[in-house]
Amino acid sequence: MIQNVVQKLQEKFSPRIISVNEFRGEFTVVVKKEEIVSLCLFLRDHEECQFDYCSDLCGADAYTPENRFEVIYNLYSMSLNHRIRIKVFVDESSLHCPSVTSVWPGAEWPERETFDMYGIVFDGNNDMRRMYMPEEFEYYPLRKDFPMMGIPDSIPLPRK
Amino acid sequence: MDIRQQKILAALENKDTSVHFDDALDNQMILNMGPQHPATHGVLRLLIKLDGETVVACVPELGYLHRGYEKLAENVSYHEFIPHTDRLDYLSPLMNNTAYVLAVEKLVGIEAPKRAQYIRTIISELARISSHLLGVGALAMDIGALTVFTWTFREREKMYDIFELLTGARFTTSFTRVGGIAHDMTPEVKTAITGFIDQFPEKFNDCIKMLNTNRIFVERLEGVGVISKEKAVAMGMCGPNIRGVGIEHDLRRKEPYLVYNELDFNIPVFYNGDSLSRYYVRVNEVKESIKIIRQCLEKIPDGPVHANEPKKVLPRKERVYTKMEELIHDFMLINFGVNPPVGEVYHAVEASKGELGFYIQSRGEGHPWRLKIRSPSFMNLQSTPLLVEGRMISDIVAILGSLDPVMGEADK
Repeated sequence: MIQNVVQKLQEKFSPRIISVNEFRGEFTVVVKKEEIVSLCLFLRDHEECQFDYCSDLCGADAYTPENRFEVIYNLYSMSLNHRIRIKVFVDESSLHCPSVTSVWPGAEWPERETFDMYGIVFDGNNDMRRMYMPEEFEYYPLRKDFPMMGIPDSIPLPRK
Repeated sequence: MDIRQQKILAALENKDTSVHFDDALDNQMILNMGPQHPATHGVLRLLIKLDGETVVACVPELGYLHRGYEKLAENVSYHEFIPHTDRLDYLSPLMNNTAYVLAVEKLVGIEAPKRAQYIRTIISELARISSHLLGVGALAMDIGALTVFTWTFREREKMYDIFELLTGARFTTSFTRVGGIAHDMTPEVKTAITGFIDQFPEKFNDCIKMLNTNRIFVERLEGVGVISKEKAVAMGMCGPNIRGVGIEHDLRRKEPYLVYNELDFNIPVFYNGDSLSRYYVRVNEVKESIKIIRQCLEKIPDGPVHANEPKKVLPRKERVYTKMEELIHDFMLINFGVNPPVGEVYHAVEASKGELGFYIQSRGEGHPWRLKIRSPSFMNLQSTPLLVEGRMISDIVAILGSLDPVMGEADK
């Protein structure tokens, strides 16, 4: 049961877990970003957790002065059929976060997409290129201070 | 060379491959299977490092169809985003509509009535059949069997006629709403669907008969693009691709949504992990979908198709024009939006390509704070380098056809 998983996490990692909350039957665990790789290894290998499938990895911009960015990991267990969400805060002053590609190789492309959209560099991912935007693009589109209509002349357009 | 070319070349050079050649002639060449290509299923760019005709390394490059849906979603209300979901997996737009609306309903905390659930199941399965018909047809066309492609498209045209009768549009339907669907299904639509399903299995068998015992087709797909179980799960593969490896993973059974736990259907699983297994999974899924639609058409109850939640669900148009409360609710919902509670939710659905999930963060306003689309084609394309290495160029086309990616979804 997912409550057992959250309990085990709290027992093992308790000073480094910032908060746990539940909404609509889903649990979200917020951790410090230095602990994310050891937490994910525990979640993947422990027999009551077995989260072997990284469903989704995304970033979010909370637009607060400190702890501006979040990285969200949505995990799923194939054998035990439960889900959990792990959140990590990344501050604007140090935009680095440890990479979980050593735990799930399938997290490589979502991490590249998060780098492309927010500018968060994942240490340990050896293919840190942009995903959708061209390499010469200087901005990070999904940040809240990037306007929805785009910035004129930021991307080369074909001549008329 | 500009920055992008330098980085791509660096990625190709650093690729961790298990294929080595001690050929002294050093025949390596980098080939660009560019975004404009008839066999890459859309605008996918593949950079392939070749030694003769064998692929040593492969780097896919996406982003040629990136439309910025996630940025757009932060500025439009929940209802206004529904037409954008049509354009994600553009082969099965009704499925994406259903997936998005289910996620928003989970966030808001309402549930659509039973008749709406049954209708949503029927249209999801019709969308799945439509998408798999194109997947099988495009795979056959890439291998060389052009007739199968035209036959499957003829069946898809009949389905487009049904969609037009039901929703008003052939392709970009935007049929579902938060709390139900746009309008009810008339008996004429039910007759049309029954008529289509009665004649479809025979036509589909005609298409499949041409391929299943065809020696060229089988030899081009058997043993090509093999992936092991552990790697498939670790790389995040989903949908028919992971059911072709031997893992019985289907969200309709594991996390039932809509009315799937009341229906009787099987999950086809094949164990070889090659392109032929993925093809067989798709063929059998079409047959299972027909069973599901038949059961739904028998069991569908009568009743309303909008949930009884005036503050969250758009009221019916005839009432908006005559009654005062509905007019006020319509005004508030269109101008200010649904206003779900503060929180975040992730809801995934078994789309035709795999696990289509929406992660929505809400801060209580009428538009989402963050909306992330977990697209199955994106994760499936991630395993392309693993599948393609060591094979020849002509196998790349077969492998891409069996993975069945859709760039509208992968690029968002």
